[in-house]
Amino acid sequence: MTRKSAQFLIPVLSILSALAVSSLIILIAGRDPIMIFQKMLYATLGSGYGIGQVLFRMSSLIFVGLAVALPFQVKLFNIGAEGQLQMGSFAAAMTGAMLPATLSSFAAIPICILAAMAAGACWALVAGVLKVRFGVNEVIATIMLNFIAQGITGYMLTYHFAMPSTVHTAPVIDSATIPAWSTITGIFAKSPVNLSTLLAPCIALLFWVILFRSRFGYEMRATGLQPDAARYGGIHAGMHMLAAMGIGGAAAGLGAANIVLGHKHFYEAGMTGGMGFTGIAVALLAGAHPLWILLSAFFFGILEYGGLTVNAYIPKDIFMMIEAITILLVITFSALGKRIQH
Amino acid sequence: MGVAVRLCGVSKSFGNFSANSNISLSVEEGTIHALVGENGAGKSTLTKIIYGMLQPTKGEVFIQGNQVRYTSPRDAISAGIGMVHQHFMLIPTLSVAENIMLGNEHAGLLQRLPYARIKDLIQTHSRDFGLQVDPDALVESLSVGEEQRVEILKLLFRNASIMIFDEPTAVLTPLETEKLFATLKSLRDKGKTIILITHKLDEVLSVADTISVMRKGEIIGTVPASSVTKPELAMMMVGRSVLLRVTNPPQSAGEAILNIKDLGYSTQRGEEKLRHLNLNVRAGEIYGIAGVEGNGQAELLQVLYGLTPDGTVLSGEVTLKGQSLFGKNPAEITSMGISLTPENRLRHAVIVDFTVSENLLFGRHREQSFHRGIGFDEESLQRYALEKVAEYDIKCTSPSSQPLSSLSGGNQQKIVLARELSRPDISLLILAQPTRGVDIGAIETIHHKIIDARSKGIAILLISSELEEIIALSTRIGCLYKGNLLHEFAHEEVALKRNSELEFKKEIGLYIT
Repeated sequence: MTRKSAQFLIPVLSILSALAVSSLIILIAGRDPIMIFQKMLYATLGSGYGIGQVLFRMSSLIFVGLAVALPFQVKLFNIGAEGQLQMGSFAAAMTGAMLPATLSSFAAIPICILAAMAAGACWALVAGVLKVRFGVNEVIATIMLNFIAQGITGYMLTYHFAMPSTVHTAPVIDSATIPAWSTITGIFAKSPVNLSTLLAPCIALLFWVILFRSRFGYEMRATGLQPDAARYGGIHAGMHMLAAMGIGGAAAGLGAANIVLGHKHFYEAGMTGGMGFTGIAVALLAGAHPLWILLSAFFFGILEYGGLTVNAYIPKDIFMMIEAITILLVITFSALGKRIQH
Repeated sequence: MGVAVRLCGVSKSFGNFSANSNISLSVEEGTIHALVGENGAGKSTLTKIIYGMLQPTKGEVFIQGNQVRYTSPRDAISAGIGMVHQHFMLIPTLSVAENIMLGNEHAGLLQRLPYARIKDLIQTHSRDFGLQVDPDALVESLSVGEEQRVEILKLLFRNASIMIFDEPTAVLTPLETEKLFATLKSLRDKGKTIILITHKLDEVLSVADTISVMRKGEIIGTVPASSVTKPELAMMMVGRSVLLRVTNPPQSAGEAILNIKDLGYSTQRGEEKLRHLNLNVRAGEIYGIAGVEGNGQAELLQVLYGLTPDGTVLSGEVTLKGQSLFGKNPAEITSMGISLTPENRLRHAVIVDFTVSENLLFGRHREQSFHRGIGFDEESLQRYALEKVAEYDIKCTSPSSQPLSSLSGGNQQKIVLARELSRPDISLLILAQPTRGVDIGAIETIHHKIIDARSKGIAILLISSELEEIIALSTRIGCLYKGNLLHEFAHEEVALKRNSELEFKKEIGLYIT
């Protein structure tokens, strides 16, 4: 098997086998898998609203997928996309709510997006600094930072910023909201998909250019593959680890902007809904490649929204299992693929 | 005497690539039979077939007269075949005795291990074969030579009668090599059959009884060691006559480029690795540092390339054209005009998963001529890569898409040298073991390129444990022993003594051990 065909075959094989295993689980749960998948497919891709919902989730998943993928290129496993997403969401919502209502969109939206990116980047950099300066394992650090982010946002919301008798913050000013497609063009009827959908593929492309075409990415990949050799080549490995974490966190912040500015318009407890963890799956399925992430995010977007739509027929837990099983199968198949290639 | 190993028309191919084709070979019992050949000639494949790690595509294998078809090394081991791999298969945290027993404990699951037997065995063998090693020592505390002895003891513990050694001297000091050869000879005298894989011709001639030369997967010839000379062997290996010694025309050296004054190096734990080291390298000369590995070469390289570990205490001064190198990082040092070819090239000088082109760029990726816009100038990069591939005869099909890991070791080395020797504006070239693991055919090319660089007026610091290489290339030679230069041979002295290599080697040997 050649490198190219393996790159393509492995994700396909893992998705197919994941479907097979999940069909089996649905059967055991006493439902008809074909009926379920049909309903799911129809609900997701059969209507403008469904497609809109999928695209909305896909956008966020592209951003958090990139947040995991970039550190992965320097052999850092960023489990903290969820925490970065939460901090980014909170920052975007707070900034948006505090801006003067008279500010124009051209200023308000970039300010809020930058706030979200900065919050995500800072949160990721904490783990990066701990790793580079003190050698703390980034997996453990990011997991802990997820708990801390949950704590901070939860406390701030409940005790300081929640609107009376609600569980969300004050809404952002109107000019800070990213317009939805349905309000501008009328397509994707009333679904939350918004203009940030355009931004997501651009950012993925930008990441690809940086990684595979620029000197910065060349040094970054060298650091990830052989840190010792990178030192001999005059490359500052620590700097690249920090950069990868920081840029990754900023990408998670963009995912937050999509949710807060594009859809909810405020911060709400549990609004990120574990999307940061799904981002890990997105990145792994794509082999941490920025362009494959587009496809992989699309697949998980269908799965995420599709799981909701068939809630009446089969519990959402089944779909959590399908996602997890897909990740496991991806890892297994890529390990197998490596063995075949050698 | 019988025939220990006989191969009849053995072939082995991987896909379209034929690693061994139609090989017929007889290894006499109780002899040392050497297999020589360049990297990729098929020596390893052949021994893996004998050892059961690979199955031949065609042909028959006879061990002690019986036709066999092994499916795993386990079969070979039980038939009395043992192998000492180039990279030792020992567990560092276990003791010598435990490593020797491993996999062959002669004890039930809950029984006491036969420590006493092992100790007896080690004692007997250390007397008979010169295999001294402390059975209670942990393997991680042993020297490389001792680790190799443990590997040999493992084979003896399993009663192996046919022993395969894969490049056994690659990691040894000259002294350890001599000891190993004494051991091999005494093993042979006790009736063991030894198959020795190597590419060092001097060694083969001094230890082997019979020599088989391989080239491109075939056996070119099998000759008794007593009836063949080094140039003849080299010619059989490469297929053309090879200059074993490049011509080294005299050249007047210029001003001193690198100045090392009273350099001291102590580690964080206070070990003194370099003491009062003084030397200078002038433009247009090759300064050779002779010495057994571990006498401060690695530390000197760290200092020269700004890679000393935290906590290292340096004293004295190191300057390049008057500018101090202390406190500079590799990128700054490179931009001052220093190029380094590190000793461990696969770990430090290349990224094995990168393509050939990307590796030709590695470490030079900051040079403006390779850039365009935010990215690299693919066109000029491609041109540069193809030029180097042709100039150094690097065997690869497509430099811009083929990963370095798919190339043979010798070709990987050539890539590093091609890159470093062609750096623009270099004033000092540091070469650590530049031809380690490189074929003799390629050594000739590389030596020529080094002399060319010198003739262009570049100052070259050559660190090598191969005395031949030091003698052939150097303008001046310094003898490094325990972190200090014990002796320096001046320009005229080297030129004069180069003609009587053997005596010169011995003289240098006195200063480095």
